[in-house]
Amino acid sequence: MKVTNVPSNWRSLVRVFALVPAIALLLLVNVSAQKKNSCVECHSQMEGTLAEPVQRSKGDVHDSRGLSCVDCHRGDATSDDIALAMDRRKGFIGKPKPSDIPGLCGRCHSDAAFMKTFNPSLRVDQEREYSTSVHGKLLKSGEQKVATCVSCHGEHGIRAINDPQSKVYALNVAETCAACHAKSDYMKGFKIPNDQYGKYKTSVHARALYDKQDLSAPTCNDCHGNHGAAPPGLASVANVCGQCHVRQAGLFQSSPHKTVFGLMQVGECVQCHSNHGIQPPNDELLGIGEKSACTQCHSEGDNGHAAAKRMRERIDEISTSISRANEILDRAERAGMEVSKPRFDLNDAKDALTQSRVLIHTFSPAEIDKVIDSGVDVSNKSYEAGGAALNELSFRRKGLAGSLFFILLLAVLIYLKIRELEARQERLQNQG
Amino acid sequence: MKAEPLTLWLDERLSLSSLAQLARKKEIPLHRHSIWYYFGGMTLFLFGVQVGTGILLLLYYRPSAEAAFESVQFIVTEVQFGWLIRSVHSWSANLMIATLFIHMFSVYFMRAYRQPREITWLTGVLLLLLAVGFGFSGYLLPWNKLAFFATKVGTEIAGVVPLVGRPILRFLRGGDDVTGATLTRFFGFHVAVLPSVTTAIVVTHLILVQMHGMSVPASLEGKPLKRMKFFPSFFLRDLIGWVLAIGALAALAAIFPWELGEKADAFAPAPAGIRPEWYFLFMFQTLKIIPAKVLSFDGEVLGILAFGAGGLLWFILPLLDNPATPRRRLLFTITGVVVVVYIAVLTIIGFVS
Repeated sequence: MKVTNVPSNWRSLVRVFALVPAIALLLLVNVSAQKKNSCVECHSQMEGTLAEPVQRSKGDVHDSRGLSCVDCHRGDATSDDIALAMDRRKGFIGKPKPSDIPGLCGRCHSDAAFMKTFNPSLRVDQEREYSTSVHGKLLKSGEQKVATCVSCHGEHGIRAINDPQSKVYALNVAETCAACHAKSDYMKGFKIPNDQYGKYKTSVHARALYDKQDLSAPTCNDCHGNHGAAPPGLASVANVCGQCHVRQAGLFQSSPHKTVFGLMQVGECVQCHSNHGIQPPNDELLGIGEKSACTQCHSEGDNGHAAAKRMRERIDEISTSISRANEILDRAERAGMEVSKPRFDLNDAKDALTQSRVLIHTFSPAEIDKVIDSGVDVSNKSYEAGGAALNELSFRRKGLAGSLFFILLLAVLIYLKIRELEARQERLQNQG
Repeated sequence: MKAEPLTLWLDERLSLSSLAQLARKKEIPLHRHSIWYYFGGMTLFLFGVQVGTGILLLLYYRPSAEAAFESVQFIVTEVQFGWLIRSVHSWSANLMIATLFIHMFSVYFMRAYRQPREITWLTGVLLLLLAVGFGFSGYLLPWNKLAFFATKVGTEIAGVVPLVGRPILRFLRGGDDVTGATLTRFFGFHVAVLPSVTTAIVVTHLILVQMHGMSVPASLEGKPLKRMKFFPSFFLRDLIGWVLAIGALAALAAIFPWELGEKADAFAPAPAGIRPEWYFLFMFQTLKIIPAKVLSFDGEVLGILAFGAGGLLWFILPLLDNPATPRRRLLFTITGVVVVVYIAVLTIIGFVS
């Protein structure tokens, strides 16, 4: 039979069928290549620390995006032969040295083109920032006890930063930093204190973060930076705090204290408010009292001392006038009087008090006078409204007493009229 | 025109002399239960106070979600004696419901509803319904937080009634939720619909009372009783009660001004301790006590249906108590006592819980 006799469509069919085993073989090879991971196969059968990488990598951000052991550790995961799989000639790294870690992570994380394939908005400057940090500089100088990427993010089981299980999730950052910085033995030789974590836990920021679960409240990295972690310099403290306390920082920057603090080489905000154990500010910080921050530098006779005294007096004045108005409005309200309008108006005075506490950062009594004058005026009006309500109450009670007298008199008169009518009626009946 | 010709002129046209004759003829039987006769008049007087103070409030009240609360606030703080009018209106409303209940139960226990006064009873029960309707609609009008949520709960309860509940709820609320539309229609019910219907039924009720005269308790029927002239003796005694009521209202308004509370906010969480006005409390408390499921039926639905059925039986009472046998009389008295005790106990529990 001549081949030419075979119909052309049959020939095509034969060709297609001839291709099937070849395609199947290719697919099989590909699938087995994808599935084959001798690292996981061996380490999952091991015990202790050697099994940990496999156990902890479940849920790992890299694992979930298809990256595998060899993407960091190199080697050949397709080979079941341990010598071939972990062959250093094939680039196998094993456990990287701390000094190699930033470069190892940076191989992908500093590659903008590569990172864009996962998330176009991811930053790629972590490695560069790290090199400017105290950690990075110490590492470069040969110190091995400093934090690298894995110290904060973990080695295996790395989570996205917005994952509550991540070591660098807002609620976990302070504990992660404290793992080294709160250990006196570990920090021995670094010549920095190790009470930051303990102090931070008592601070207003920690209360906002942990008690109110306010994730925008600052933790270590919000002031020190994360990859570029370093203590803020004395002159840049106000810039750090000013990230959130914008108005106070702005006022401070244009105040006379900015220059003076610079000359005196003292920290800006921290000089009065402290740093890690920062407490909610109160009026005691101002003025010339025992707990005053002003008297750390100012003493009787200087202008600053007089200004501090004056500002405190004005703050006390508005606070007292608000309390006085509140107290009289409470009394009127308890007596059943409607005073919600003056109570609402009093909010303006409370706003003025808040504003004046912020304006303290100008350190100018004239500036806060303007706000306090209007606030005191408002609270005085509310006080007067409360007084008027109590006067009205007294007027009502007096009016009631007078009205009741006439009402009872009228009732008695009607009663007497009834008796008179009925007596007359009885007399008529008796006569009749 | 001199006084005498004017009286004559009016008499020719209005037959005033026959009315005066009727008033002169009217007598009140005197016995140990006569005190209860005063409560109908007292309720009528308090209704008059409601109409008077209500009209005065209307001069300033603005029925919209945006302005209602502020207008009542204006009335009690800025308007001369506005506080007095508003407080008297609120206190008088509550006293009126109280005297209405007393009047109704006195009629019940004296069995004054029996022949020929069946229709007087029926109109009386209708007036009770209208009075609580006034209370329910008026409660929302200041548009404060407590009233807003109480109305929400109250209309929700109405919505549970099988078949007609949902349309009733939507009709009352003017939509699916309590909104400004609810306020506007409650205002309409409160100042137009209910007053006109109530006036018509009150007039009918009063005409029937005049037609049949005062009922004497069954136990005293046929016995020789002393009688008192309505004019002037009984009327003047009534007047003493009314004058004293004005004194009581003034004292309550001055010493315990009716609270305004906070403005309603649909997005605010419901305040703790929402409860309806005291006269709804026994029903509200009952619905709270009934288990969620009774056999396979919804407990709340069963409760509402039971109150509906109870109300209907109460309405047609004169027809049930006929013919009145001694055994039936005893049964009705016991039922009445049970109802009064039930209402009192559940109301107290509602207040303390």
